[in-house]
This record gives sequence, C-alpha cells and structure tokens, in this order.
Amino acid sequence: MSAVIPIREAASGCGEAPVLRERGQREVFCGLTGIIWLHRKIQDAFFLVVGSRTCAHLIQSAAGVMIFAEPRFATAIIDERDLAGLADCNDELDRVVTRLLERRPEIKLLFLVGSCPSEVIKLDLSRAASRLSGRFSPDVRVLNYSGSGIETTFTQGEDACLASLVPSLPASSATAPASLMVVGTLADVVEDQFSRLFAQLGFGTDKPAVRFFPPRRADDLPEVGPNTKFLLAQPFLADTARALEDRGAERLAAPFPLGVEGTTAWLRAAANAFGVDAATFDKVTAAGRERATNALVRHRLQLAGKRVFFFPDSQLEIPIARFLARELGMHLVEVGTPYLHRQHLAEELDMLPAGTLLSEGQHVENQLDRCREVRPDIVVCGLGLANPLEAEGMTTKWAIELVFTPIHGYEQAADLAELFARPLVRRMKLVA
Amino acid sequence: MQLTLWTYEGPPHVGAMRIATAMEGVHYVLHAPQGDTYADLLFTMIERLPKRPPVTYTTFQARDLGGDTAELFKTAARDAYERFKPDAMMVGASCTAELIQDDPGGLCRALDLPVPVIALELPSYQRKENWGASETFYQMVRALAGPNAPVPGTPKAQRAAGARPRCNILGPSSLGFRHRDDLREITALLLQMGIDINVVAPLGATPADLARLGDAEFNVVLYPEIASLTASWLNRTFGQPATKTIPIGAGATRDFIREVATLADIDASAVLASADSRATWYAKSVDSTYLTNKRVFVFGDATHAVAAARVASEEMGFKVVGIGTYAREFAREVREAAKLYDVEALISDDYLEIEARIAELRPELVLGTQMERHIAKRLGIPCAVISAPVHVQDFPARYSPQMGFEGACVLFDTWVHPLMMGLEEHLIGMFRGDFEFHEDAAPSHLGGHGDARANREPAAESTATSALAAEPEQARDALAPNSTEPATATVATWAPEAEKELRKIPFFVRGKAKRNTERYAQERSVPLITVETLYDAKAHFGS
Repeated sequence: MSAVIPIREAASGCGEAPVLRERGQREVFCGLTGIIWLHRKIQDAFFLVVGSRTCAHLIQSAAGVMIFAEPRFATAIIDERDLAGLADCNDELDRVVTRLLERRPEIKLLFLVGSCPSEVIKLDLSRAASRLSGRFSPDVRVLNYSGSGIETTFTQGEDACLASLVPSLPASSATAPASLMVVGTLADVVEDQFSRLFAQLGFGTDKPAVRFFPPRRADDLPEVGPNTKFLLAQPFLADTARALEDRGAERLAAPFPLGVEGTTAWLRAAANAFGVDAATFDKVTAAGRERATNALVRHRLQLAGKRVFFFPDSQLEIPIARFLARELGMHLVEVGTPYLHRQHLAEELDMLPAGTLLSEGQHVENQLDRCREVRPDIVVCGLGLANPLEAEGMTTKWAIELVFTPIHGYEQAADLAELFARPLVRRMKLVA
Repeated sequence: MQLTLWTYEGPPHVGAMRIATAMEGVHYVLHAPQGDTYADLLFTMIERLPKRPPVTYTTFQARDLGGDTAELFKTAARDAYERFKPDAMMVGASCTAELIQDDPGGLCRALDLPVPVIALELPSYQRKENWGASETFYQMVRALAGPNAPVPGTPKAQRAAGARPRCNILGPSSLGFRHRDDLREITALLLQMGIDINVVAPLGATPADLARLGDAEFNVVLYPEIASLTASWLNRTFGQPATKTIPIGAGATRDFIREVATLADIDASAVLASADSRATWYAKSVDSTYLTNKRVFVFGDATHAVAAARVASEEMGFKVVGIGTYAREFAREVREAAKLYDVEALISDDYLEIEARIAELRPELVLGTQMERHIAKRLGIPCAVISAPVHVQDFPARYSPQMGFEGACVLFDTWVHPLMMGLEEHLIGMFRGDFEFHEDAAPSHLGGHGDARANREPAAESTATSALAAEPEQARDALAPNSTEPATATVATWAPEAEKELRKIPFFVRGKAKRNTERYAQERSVPLITVETLYDAKAHFGS
C-alpha cells in the first residue's frame, strides 16, 4: 500500500461560492474565553475582566480543572454602587488593580478585559489602562482589549488581545534585514517544532531568527517594522493582522498549517518570501511530510467517506474541513463559521471541494433542523449541543478541544485526525 | 467593584435557568448578549443532561444595540413559542440586557401569547444564583397556583376518613447538589410513613402540576434556599404548613420523621423503630474511635453547612472549629448554629477570606464546596464536598443521596475517606522519617499526590530554622493578606531544639500545636520558646 495519500484536486474550490448567512440565536462563547489559553501562554501576564458575575461565572465554568492552579485571571465585578454612580468606576478600578498588583508582584503585564456590561455602560478602559500604566510603570504595563460577547466570538478574544499588544511592540530599524514573525498562540511543543524547521531553512543563520507572537514572556516582545513579514498561524486574527500592517509589516498569504498539505504550503510561503531554494525546502520538510502522511493512513481508514457537519465556533472550521476533505477523504455536509474573513481564508477556500455548503453566523434552531435532516456521521459542535445530539443518536466531536489541543504542524496532523476518529471508534466499541 | 477570583454562585438568571430546566413544559426566553449561552454547558456537561435546557437567548451583538433590541426580543419570544409550544413561558434579562432596559415582560404582554407568561425581575448587580432560583420558583408558583387559591377565610377541607395524607416536596431543582437522589430517598421515606406525594416541584413538575400545589395538606421543604419563599406563600395562601428540619444525618432524619408525622397527624413510631442507619453503627465501632475530636471546618450553603456541622459533631464525634456560608440570605441560621459549637460564623463570599480563615484555624478536615477543595489542596488538608458549587464528579452515576438514612451512610464514607487511617496515623506518630509512610505523603489509600512536597523535604531539613518556613501555609501567606497570623514581631523566637521537637508532632495537629505554644509564650512574655515551653503549652491547653 502506498504511503502517499493522493490529494483530491477540487474542480474549482469555494473561492467565489455563496455563503449562507443567518441571524438568530448564536450558540457560541464570547471572547473572554480566550483568557483560558492566553494566560497559560504569556506566563507573566494577568487578565482582569471588568464585568459582571456572569463573566466571572463563565470563566470559572470554562476553566474547569485549572481551578486548582494559582490563577492569573480574575474579575472585577461591577456592582450596583458603580452603576448608580455612587462610586466612581475609575477610582474603584484603581483600587482593585492596586490590591491585585500588591498581591501579585511578579506580574509584568496586566490586561484590563472589557465585557458586555463594561462596554454597554461605556466604561473607558483604554483611558484607565494608560492611567494605570503611568502609575505602575516601569514594573507593570497595563493594556486593555474587549472580550465582550457583543463584539467578539470565542477565539476573537485572542485577536483583540494580540491587537492590543501590537502598538507596544518595539520598532525595528529601517535598515534591519527582513524578518519573519509567526502570529497566533501555538502550543509550546508546536512552536518548538516550527522553530527547528525554520532554523533548518536558514532562519537564524543567514536570515534573522523567526519570532513568535505572542511571546512566552511579556518582556520578550518581537520587533516589528516595514521589514517584517508575518505568517498567521491561526485564522481568527483579522484585527491583529491589520494592526501589524499598520506598522508596515507584510502578511504572507498562505493556508493554515493544519495537516500535511496546509503545513507544507504555510512553510513554503515563508520559504518563497525569503528565497529558500526548492531543493533545501524539500530536503528540510521531507521527513515531516512523510511521517505525517504515514501516520494519517490509519485514520483515513476510519474517516474516508464519512459525512461531517460543522457548527460555528472558532473560525478554525474551514481549514480543518479542508484538511478532513482533502487528506482524509471526508465529505463536508455543512461548514459553519462564526465569521468568515475572505482575504485571510482565500487560499483555504480555493482548496475546499466545490459545492461545499458554507454558512457564516448562526440561527441555531434552523441549523439543528438542517443537521437532523441530513444525519451526518459526525457533528462538530460546542458542548452545549454535544450531549443533546448524542442523545438523539448522532456522533459528535466537541469543538472547543480543537482550540486547546496541539493540532498544528506535521507531527500533530495525525493527532488532529484522531480527534475526529475517536468519537466514531468509541461509538462502535460501545455498541459492540 | 469587587475583586473576585472564584465566585460561589452564578448570576440570578442562572438560578432561573435551573428552575426552567428542572421543569417540564416551560420555556425561558432570556434577553442576553452573544456568549451567555455558556450557561447551557452547566446543564449538558456538569449535570450531563441529554437535552438542551429549554432556554432561548436573544444573543444580541454590538451592531444590534444601534437598532431595535426590543424587536429582537419579540421575534425570539414569538419564534420560541411557535417552535416549542410550551404550557407556560418565563421571560427575563441577563446582566447586560438589564442595562439596556428593554422590559421583556412588557414586550411579551404585547405579543399576547396564548399561555401564561411569567416576567422575571432579577437584579443581576445585587443578587445571585440561589436568590434567582428562589424568586423564579416563587413567581412561577404564584402565577400558576395563585388563581386556584381559596377565598381568604374559607375553612380548610378535612381529610376524608381512611384517606392517606398528602404532601408536596419543594426544592429539588436542576444543578442541585445531589437533588436527584435526595428526592428518591425522601420520597421512599414518606411513602413508607403512609404519606402520598401530591407534587414534586420544581424538578419534573409541569405548569399544570404547579397549579394543583394547593391540593396537598402540607409541604416538605428540602432546600430552603430555593423553596422557603414559595413555602411561606403557600402557607399564607393555602394554609399549608411546611417542614423546617433538613433530613441530613441520621439524627436529623429522625427529627424530620417526627415533624412530618405531626404535620400529617399520623403515628410514626413504627417507622422510627424500624429505621436505622448503618452509619450510626459504623461511627460507634471501635475503628472510628480515632475520629474523636478531629478538628473540622465546615463551609457551604447554609442548609448543608448547618446540617453537616450537626452530623460532624453529634454523629461523627468531630470537633467543629469553624462554620460559615456564602449565602448572606441565610446568615442567621448559620450564626445560630455557630453558637452551638462556640465558634464565630464566617459569612462571606470572598474566597480569599475563607482561605485565610482555614489557614488560621488549621483544621484536620475541611467540609466545603469545590472552592474549599482548592484551598485544602493548597494547604495540604483532607477535604470532602458537602455543598454546591460542585464540579462534574459530584454529579455521580451511582446512588448517592445526602439525605435520609442512606444519605447518612454516604456522608460517613465520604468524610472519612480523605482522612488518614488510624493505624497509619499511629505509626507515623511513632516512627518518623520512614521513607515511605512519612508525614508529607498523602494518606496511602489516596495515591500519589504527596510527591511534590516529599521532594522538597531534604531542603527543608537542611537547617532547623528553615524547617518551619517549609510549612505549606507559610508559602501561602504572601497571597492571603487577610491572614490573621500575628505579626512576627509579637511572636517569641523558637529555640532550634524546640523547633525540632515541634516537627515530631504529627503534621495534622502540628499547626495547632505551634499556634498554641506561641500564644502561651506570648501571654506569659516568654521570649524564647524551648522544649519546656512547648510541653508547658501542651499541658496548659490539654491536647
């Protein structure tokens, strides 16, 4: 049996395909949820949500077992005194932040995270952030972004957070050689793998070393300037990309590094931009490509021909659907996404099988009706829908796991496939 | 503003969701921003319900705020009615929608739906989850049972000769700590007593069931946090008395049986004579002797905290060294209970304050919520969960009530489990420095999570003066500014040999011994604590 998986060429892709746009109840997380992984990535940052008890309850419920660790996030709960104007919100915020920073002197970067209540009452957190930055500098930098549900959906919280960090990135000198920045939170193990691949491609020797954004520590911010080229590692970084472009950086267009094909094309975009010759590129990537391709064969047996239905969640849906369709032979029934950025996803859309039903936004009841009607083999959805659909006899893959698990790059391609194969295997085992 | 690391309760609309999800045939339309659907997960994941909660959210976004969010709400309510055809609807707002003031109740009246619509006013910036559940249940019952209320002054109908007495069971709801099994246990007990159940609510009740609540003779209130408001309204309106005793623990269950018998006007002596709990014998058996006067700290909702303190004291033989609740509405009950144990009640929903109190008291066992598990883990104190908030492991598959005689058995097993077994405790006291059963190892039946501390041990042993600093609670002090440890200036110095002697005291009582000795030294102005001082203090305080 050949280890090479033939990749199905889409006739024309979905670049121009119409998208179903619906409005109604959206069963998604708000951007505050991004704190759950961002606070693990930036190890000396603290996230202070300014919001209601609902916000505190959300993070607590989502953080699950991490509750046992010393958390680097908290909520300043707005109470009726703040709303009635009895207490000056800014004074209150200063008091809370002072208490917090006294308690946690090791914090170097504090994010004031806006929520629906703080946005609706128009609490000016950006002014508060600059005021507090002035007071606590140089020990602590205070920034702000909004993770509110009215403005952001799930992973967009990371976008808003990173976009707020971009203005504080140091400027690179105009004469500096071109440099590469990888943008988007990646699992540490994935970051290290990519670092090694980039090093083998010559970054760090005859080209500047690749920098990752966000960094693991707040004082290790990468430089940015007109010589910076950046690769998006995640599809949900619209505002961050715009902020980087405003500082002169140039985005390298590429599909996202999911699966063998996506990873190769993503690395190639960097290689081409920095003049790595084709022979070197093939030599460096050959081992990873072959390992990943071989590892996928086993999962392809499980997944080929299976029909998959995506509810909107993280904006990762389209790249993952592309991977499932082209590398594992799955059939895409509907691919829902909370928000579709046509420019950043142009390469992905071109690679999707022609005729794939794409939907942006959500009317959850209508979408459930469509889902029940087609009875897909596997449904990718949030935890609010997963168990109820299982009880209706459908097999589900809960989507949030795709954000919390290392899935990018060659070495994780099979892990990503396994995430989809596992529920199907389990269903078979339990029935047998 | 209040700085909050962990919150004991959710917002009040989550309480309303608990009522809606517990009931059948109702639908809740909640005016809320995108993202508030996270609350569905509490029900589908933590409680593992195989259905979506009957809640429609408007999930408005920023762009809707410029437009007509009221129209959005009306569309959502109309569509929800058409799709789900409920027998009654609840409408309300979450915290953000409360700020934009669209008046869901008024909007829904304009829709003129052909079913009762109950508008909920839940002030999100003042009140919390349990209050929301209680208020919602009360509004539902008032709206649905109210029309069947007798004219005031009507004499109460007498029970027909030979008919069995009938009661309602009030309080069990969705996301309640062990409500499912408590209900089964208490239902069986009532049936055994010869009492019929008229309606159980809110769990499993339909709007039609709520309408006939008045048919019962009296009410059994299992969870006052949710049902006492409703029960007092039912008493005023239908003349139904309600039970006050919470049947948690064997003794309380017996009291409960007597109270119910009085309300039902029946003789319960046969039931009482035959009723027995294995827990009672287990606690009497000699194996349990070492449990005597174990120092225990109790925290949770008021109902469970008060009940647990009684069980701990009267049925397990523990010493209650602290009791508290996060539910301010029920502070009085907890203060009353605290008097029984001669301790000061801790009424607070500030996690850090509770952490500081536990660090100060150094109990040998903590009975609390999910939050106290974190505190206890951090301080290296055994812990068992007695109250919400809880995580998924406390919605178990097996039958595990807290109430009734079976509940007492569950409590016995659950609370004793995290403690070190008697023999192990003795051997560690006798032979220190054993490579396997050392003081920093977790109880051996609980498996390996003592490793991290064990690895730190050599460093701590290297100098006598640093030995005390290695105590886990010392490391926490920086984070607990409320800690009431006296300032170091007033504490006498420990002589090295006294410090060594202190480390020979079994670790679970060492914190207390240290505190007592320092207090003793301070009261007598002893500048240097010697081995003599340590034993003087021991003799003085008697333990």
